[in-house]
Amino acid sequence: MKIHIANGRLIDPAHEIDQQRDLFIASGKIVGIGSAPDGFTATRRIDASGKIVCPGLVDLAARLREPGFEYLATLESEMEAAMAGGVTSLAIPPDTDPPLDEPGLVEMLCYRAKKLNRAHVYPVGALTLRLEGKRLSEMAELVDAGCVAFSQANTPIVDTQVLFCALQYAATFGYRVWLQPIAPRFGHEGVAHDGEVATRLGLPGIPTAAETIALFTYIELARLTGAKLHITRLSSAEGLALVRAAKAEGLDITCDVSINHLHLSEMDIGYFNAHCRLNPPLRSLRDRDALQAALANGDIDALCSNHSPIDDDAKQVPFSEAEPGATGIELLLPLALKWGQGHKLSLLETLRRVTINPARIIGSKAGQLSLGARADICIFDAEGETTVTRERLRSQGKNTPFLGLNLPGKVCYTVVEGKVMYAEP
Amino acid sequence: MHNPQLNAHGELQHLLSLDGLPRDILTAILDTAEPFTEVAEREIKKLPILRGKSIFNLFFENSTRTRTTFEIAAKRLSADVINLNVATSSTNKGETLLDTVDNLCAMQADMFVVRHASSGAPYLIAEHLHTTKRHDIHVINAGDGRHAHPTQGLLDMYTIRHYKQDFTKLVIAIVGDVLHSRVARSQIAALTTLGVPEVRVIGPKTLMPTDLDKLGVRVFHDMREGLRDVDVVMMLRLQNERMNGPLLPSGQEFFKVWGLTPEKLAVARPDAIVMHPGPMNRGVEIDSAVADGSQAVILPQVTFGIAVRMAVMSMLGSN
Repeated sequence: MKIHIANGRLIDPAHEIDQQRDLFIASGKIVGIGSAPDGFTATRRIDASGKIVCPGLVDLAARLREPGFEYLATLESEMEAAMAGGVTSLAIPPDTDPPLDEPGLVEMLCYRAKKLNRAHVYPVGALTLRLEGKRLSEMAELVDAGCVAFSQANTPIVDTQVLFCALQYAATFGYRVWLQPIAPRFGHEGVAHDGEVATRLGLPGIPTAAETIALFTYIELARLTGAKLHITRLSSAEGLALVRAAKAEGLDITCDVSINHLHLSEMDIGYFNAHCRLNPPLRSLRDRDALQAALANGDIDALCSNHSPIDDDAKQVPFSEAEPGATGIELLLPLALKWGQGHKLSLLETLRRVTINPARIIGSKAGQLSLGARADICIFDAEGETTVTRERLRSQGKNTPFLGLNLPGKVCYTVVEGKVMYAEP
Repeated sequence: MHNPQLNAHGELQHLLSLDGLPRDILTAILDTAEPFTEVAEREIKKLPILRGKSIFNLFFENSTRTRTTFEIAAKRLSADVINLNVATSSTNKGETLLDTVDNLCAMQADMFVVRHASSGAPYLIAEHLHTTKRHDIHVINAGDGRHAHPTQGLLDMYTIRHYKQDFTKLVIAIVGDVLHSRVARSQIAALTTLGVPEVRVIGPKTLMPTDLDKLGVRVFHDMREGLRDVDVVMMLRLQNERMNGPLLPSGQEFFKVWGLTPEKLAVARPDAIVMHPGPMNRGVEIDSAVADGSQAVILPQVTFGIAVRMAVMSMLGSN
């Protein structure tokens, strides 16, 4: 199929492009930007007048729940959600069941995803076997199978010696290790930010220091080992300050924040709203404001959905018993736009945080529009609106604190490798 | 944000927490309780206010004392009381909390008295009743996790008002394990709402939750400083399992530093009253000489508790 995307406002942060240009696609690749290659005859023309044409979004954390948790979601349901959200590249955390700790599993996941022919998946392998924090996984084998990095997901390594060795080993090959800053034995029984709201509601707290203590350790080990780190899901101003200082020191460290922590705080827990039971916990308004500012000034590199579909049964229980997490892949673009508007950023700068920046962290060529590149495109109406309702969410998980809200932006088309995989109904 | 405790007319729909409850409702409950104290002194201790109503005591956590006082209160109002010890029944067979509630609703329940080990569980039930449009069913929180124990807080307010009349002239100290105490949270909410100018909490740092001062209290760690010139001392229970471990070295040391003895009580005002939500650990948080002394009002608290619970049930039944 040859597609001509006409009259759109093309925004490609990777090349600092923001102007009206047509896009020409053939054989799954971008073959023309601005002008058609010789002899190009479109089989499909998409009129993108008044719309934004940008690279398909890149999400650094999308739990598709396969293998192991198919009752919560399947590749099919979550890929549909990704398509509806304009997200064409997904990094998959290793906390499946069994975890992504052996090449066969990773190959199977990649194979299943490829067969569905929707978003591209980038598995993040388990840093240790079964995520138990004891034995290293076969990192080189896992990379051959398709892993782009290694992580412990939400399960911190208790034994610092093992973490040190894991970072050393990863550094041997130059693999980036993605770590969520969670102290393994501090605040681990908590369910909400240790502050006024938790005190008022009688919820066991997770102190900010649970994040900073972990970061002190990670950063010191990165210094010692030379490992490349990606710090996932920052939640606090104090944690942010440590990462900022480590970057300034010259360590190779990147970091991200989730859509939930960018927009919400402990106040949103209200009267025990289990949709706000998240890992890490929602922290104070001051923390949220610091995260917003840091994403704007570049201290935080990327925005991710931290997509975690969970069924109603696991959320319709008392707050502290609820499973942490929120669905979010369909909200990545609208919540990026909402944040960008609030900070008066250009669309180009806003989109940078969900396209080229996360793509670079993955080490992928995704997230940009260049001649010969894979034609992964999102076309959206920046003036449109996305209303978040259970009925409209395609994800099998309906668990999001943003239910009922009208958010800016509406995805019109999602193109993956030159095929239109989603068109606005 | 809508307050799930109040109905569209601003009346009490459920009693879930004293935090966020307006002062006039708190006062109305105490006023309503006043005549109910006399019912116990009658030959026939019964009023027909809730005749034909079914009240389910839904206890997901073991309790004898609180459950019994709710049962007595309901029976004195002529309600039918059904006790469900859910801690040992259906939820152990895998039934969810809300399935249990749906089943009891199908049995035409009018009121649930809920105790649960998790903070917020009664809110979940109230929210569920709201979304399933069963607005005629009321929920009373009989203690949820560390969050709230509103009827205990109310009976404490009743007791203070009984002995001290005017809340706006009092200095009150709450002593002990505030971190894990739903009673303390309800007391703090009620005392600050009722206009007590100085609420103090006293205890070791390990038993004080973060940002406690933001709840409108002054935090003390030294008993003699904290008790100086107070009008009311409210002791908290220290759970056995918290006495030896990372929070406290031993019950003995706790008693030595924070146990209420006649010597420590001597720095309070001479007419200070001493309260305790029970059951007491004599020799851990309170010395027997104080517990049995002339300043203790611990048994009247229990008596008032029944009247206060009658008041709450009768108000909910009429809203």
